[in-house]
Amino acid sequence: MSKVRVLVGTKKGAFILTADGKREHWDVSGPFFAGWEIYHMKGSPVNPDRIYVSQTSSWSGQVIQRSDDGGKTWAAPGGGVQKSPQGWPMGESNRFVYDTSAETGKPLTTHQFYDGTQHPWEFKRVWHLEPSLTNAEEVYAGVEDAAIFHSKDGAHSWQELPGLRGHGTGPKWQPGAGGMCLHTIVLDPKDPNRIYIAISAAGAFRTDDGGKTWKPINKGLRSQFIPDQDAEVGHCVHHIAMNPRRPGVLFMQKHWDVMRSDDAGDSWREVSGNLPTDFGFAIDVHAHEPETIFVAPIKSDSEHYPLDGKLQVWRSKTGGNEWEAMTEGLPQQNCYVNVLRDAMSVDSLDTCGVYFGTTGGQVYVSPDAGDHWKPIVRDLPAVLSVEVQTLP
Amino acid sequence: MIRVELPHHLRVLAQLSGEVTVEVAEPVTLRRVLDALEARYPVLRGTIRDHDSKKRRPFLRFFACQEDLSHDSPDDPLPEAVATGKEPLLVIGAIAGGAGRDWPSRRTRLRRQEPVAGN
Repeated sequence: MSKVRVLVGTKKGAFILTADGKREHWDVSGPFFAGWEIYHMKGSPVNPDRIYVSQTSSWSGQVIQRSDDGGKTWAAPGGGVQKSPQGWPMGESNRFVYDTSAETGKPLTTHQFYDGTQHPWEFKRVWHLEPSLTNAEEVYAGVEDAAIFHSKDGAHSWQELPGLRGHGTGPKWQPGAGGMCLHTIVLDPKDPNRIYIAISAAGAFRTDDGGKTWKPINKGLRSQFIPDQDAEVGHCVHHIAMNPRRPGVLFMQKHWDVMRSDDAGDSWREVSGNLPTDFGFAIDVHAHEPETIFVAPIKSDSEHYPLDGKLQVWRSKTGGNEWEAMTEGLPQQNCYVNVLRDAMSVDSLDTCGVYFGTTGGQVYVSPDAGDHWKPIVRDLPAVLSVEVQTLP
Repeated sequence: MIRVELPHHLRVLAQLSGEVTVEVAEPVTLRRVLDALEARYPVLRGTIRDHDSKKRRPFLRFFACQEDLSHDSPDDPLPEAVATGKEPLLVIGAIAGGAGRDWPSRRTRLRRQEPVAGN
């Protein structure tokens, strides 16, 4: 029987939740990396037991961890698996250096700071790890201050893809409330040279040549907080989701507005429809029904919790515009948690399961595509990310 | 032999328990101690100071002999008691958000060693 493994990153460590295909009874393991912020963890589609983790701390900086046995044991790549003759951890996996070399890199520019002045580019942390679809040793990292890095050696060493940061619009990029982060990386399963990324607050970008050059794909987005509301860059895109069976169609939760593109991001149209509020962070697409999408509406950009204290996932079966509230099993009073951008995921079992985590430490599952919900855990630290692996 | 006390999270990361010792040629400076520490435990590179600029991470501090050395030049000689191994160099997480259980318990330990004042 198939089973699912849910990878949960929290403010104070990582947790792994496992269940069989019924998704009724759960085993919880963790905390791993206790006390550290786990921004994201994700398994390789090629080798699901290979899991990459972004472990970060304002005190001690960035560390990448890796498991090769599905989360039973962990090591910083090159820093624990292979030991020196004396038995000490060797190597390092936490070095993210912007490529400013004349040969391959781009000069570091400034970006816009919160107050509108220019601010130097500085590495802070890894927000998102996206393992390759074809090679378990290959993985991409989206970082703050915004840039994309690439590793071909299992996250031991990292090289920037500087064409994105060097696009030339950097001085117009600005941080959102969480910092100026590259938080979304979507790989096209049909075209290995095509990658989508999103940055708060710069917008969405696409490469069609494996990361050498990038172009902004923000036509149709409108944002009130920039002087030119239809500008090429400067939009606060919160997350982008894609059904891998239909790579050209993208869904976006923007700061405000839920958007859709049918041409690989070349143009977008709003599909917020009857949503009670179209502010939010998380968005995902049903594993088998590419027109079925899920969002977790949040009241506003100044009040990051559900409307009226009712936790709701809204589902559209029409690719947007027509939405229904999925609330059975979710708290419908006095609930003031947030659902962050990387904290929603789906499994690919026959009846698609939907999962999301909250800043209140709950992780909910719906084994029937949103119809019914139940908590897997209620009392974890604030949940930063949720990823699901469907295992044979 | 220089004694270094690391914060809890870095000890876990480097798979250490308790104090660590490193050999450093004279003159014993902060830079030399950190160079030796990182050479011995490469996983610590980038966690105490920046990989390239070697600038101290802002939320970490260096204390020794009841003095804050965080803002001293990394090339200044460390106190003699550190250089001779009498006292450890303390790498401390700034208190914002908590320094870890080892710090209060160490303080408790120290308090217990203090002579009890008469009342």
